[in-house]
Amino acid sequence: MNTNNIEERLWNFIDGSSSADEKTLIEKLLESDAEWKARYQDLLEVNNMLHSSEIDAPSMRFTKNVMEEISKLHIAPATKSYINKKIIWGISFFFITLIVGFLIYGFGQMDWTAGQETTLSKNINKVDFSKFDISKFFNNDWVNAFMMVNVILGLVLLDNYLTNKRKEFRKEKTPF
Amino acid sequence: MSTGLNDNEIISKVLSGDYQAYAGLVNRYQNYVFTLTLRMIKSREDAEEVAQDVFIKAYKYLADFKGASKFTTWLYTIVNNTCISFLRKKKLDIHSLDNEKVFETAANQDSGMNANMIEQKSKRAMVNNAISLLNPDDAQIITLFYKAEQSLEETAQILGIETNAAKVRLFRARTRLKEKMEMHYAEEVKNLN
Repeated sequence: MNTNNIEERLWNFIDGSSSADEKTLIEKLLESDAEWKARYQDLLEVNNMLHSSEIDAPSMRFTKNVMEEISKLHIAPATKSYINKKIIWGISFFFITLIVGFLIYGFGQMDWTAGQETTLSKNINKVDFSKFDISKFFNNDWVNAFMMVNVILGLVLLDNYLTNKRKEFRKEKTPF
Repeated sequence: MSTGLNDNEIISKVLSGDYQAYAGLVNRYQNYVFTLTLRMIKSREDAEEVAQDVFIKAYKYLADFKGASKFTTWLYTIVNNTCISFLRKKKLDIHSLDNEKVFETAANQDSGMNANMIEQKSKRAMVNNAISLLNPDDAQIITLFYKAEQSLEETAQILGIETNAAKVRLFRARTRLKEKMEMHYAEEVKNLN
């Protein structure tokens, strides 16, 4: 067994994080094996020294300095209270609509008759696509209208965001 | 001063408008926060400035502390993040192990330490100096575990790593500390035993 492995197991034993079986095994090893015992004594000494190590103290003015600084500040509202879920949902809706729109447009542009005939395409060909007049819904006017709606939605979201920012700024300027 | 109150009671008072009550928390934890910052940022002046910044940030975002963990765990997370930001901003030498300067610094601190040891003959001072020879990550995890009364799980939470990773990091830090003590203070350790 290598040194690192012994020390790792001994540290776990000292920290009390060994399993019950491991603990029993190590206790037996400590009684019977001189190497394990010597290493254990070494690590225990280091552990005790670490527990007794000192902590440093800052200057005497520390608390006063901190209190002077915080007297000029206000506690910020909790994060949850200023994250508006409506805005998050609005942004999600905006992007989902955008993606769906592009997908519809992309599929609308595809030439479904191109390529070789396969079993799947034969089956698809049985369906009379001529009955579906996609061009009626998906001409340039529809695409333009769709983009316009997205732009308006984007501007509404930006306006909401800026209004909230302005409100927060005014609130911060108002004293307690 | 509200020294008789526990952390959560002080926080409630502060949140209800009694900002002076915050001094109780500052007094209680200033040494721990300062020690942690000093172990990461080797200069006392900078460490004190960063420690003050930690308490100011903690006050500003106190409403975000929901009591899901201990206040100290939350506070030491701020310490960790603030120190990392400071080190990044200042681009300080963070004493990585493969950095040659470590050995130079260790030698300098060692000579200063020997003089200090003769005066103090203190086991505690020797441990503190040996910790200061470690890289900031090692020094930080040892301080969190041994001095800041954080469990391995809490230490992992503060450092933003898994508990097992914290366990491995602590093991390596202790191994390196032992090596440093054997390398630089072998005689003193022998005398103290």
